[in-house]
Amino acid sequence: MPVITLQLVIFITVAALAIASALGMLFSRNTVYSALLLVFNFTTVAFLYFMMGAPFIGLAQITVYAGAIMVLFLFVIMLLGTGQIARIEQLSVQSVTAVLLGLVIITEAVVVFLLRNPTSLVVTSGGDVVSVNEIGSLLYSQYLLPFEITSFILLVAVVGAIILTKQEKPTGNAGKGEGKK
Amino acid sequence: MNTIPMSYYLVLSAVMFTLGAIGVIIRRNPLVMFMSLELMFNAANLTFVAFSNAFGNANGQIFVFFVMVVAAAEVAVGLALIVAIFRTRHSIDIDLMNTLKN
Repeated sequence: MPVITLQLVIFITVAALAIASALGMLFSRNTVYSALLLVFNFTTVAFLYFMMGAPFIGLAQITVYAGAIMVLFLFVIMLLGTGQIARIEQLSVQSVTAVLLGLVIITEAVVVFLLRNPTSLVVTSGGDVVSVNEIGSLLYSQYLLPFEITSFILLVAVVGAIILTKQEKPTGNAGKGEGKK
Repeated sequence: MNTIPMSYYLVLSAVMFTLGAIGVIIRRNPLVMFMSLELMFNAANLTFVAFSNAFGNANGQIFVFFVMVVAAAEVAVGLALIVAIFRTRHSIDIDLMNTLKN
């Protein structure tokens, strides 16, 4: 067992917060609370990224996940008006089995990773292990083609989302399915 | 010594991933199912960054960047699908989406 250091205490606190907010997200009855708890979870994970000396990923986590994606979720929740779930989700055999199997996997992970066969690798906290400069130059040299493809993926996603949610205007007396103007 | 054993990060990531998988299975609200998917992406990203740190290699962080891009695209299209389904069925209960069954 490693000695108890300040870094370890901070890590365990943040990890406990992350797991607690994930649990709250799972079992919250209100979808808005779920979304806000997930924002909190993303923020704790971003904190872990900063601790690991990955400021680029941490900032991207906060802006892209906690900012953009969750705002999109909240927009859709408000748009659909499903803040409260009307129907009570009853506990089925499927749910009980899922929770039990999940507990088995978690126990197995703890046994395998922590007790039986702990790896000798360590994660250094604080300091720049990988600098942002290095990520930038890799992104624009070795990973240039995938980087360009991401722009295409985002374009396709934007166009697809617009087409999927486009309201079809009633075209009057000539029946449905008339060509667009 | 400001180091934390890799095992702790792996266990945290495994717990978060399992919670996400449980959420996808037990919740019947597609919005919460999507959020659980994001939780699973996040758990995988955490492992990527932890290994990137342990090996001092930037490739892991670049993969996290790509995962984030794909997750953003997936959420945009998925939420658009949910809105489109809500418009036609006036409900987003996942159990009622069985038109393709049989």
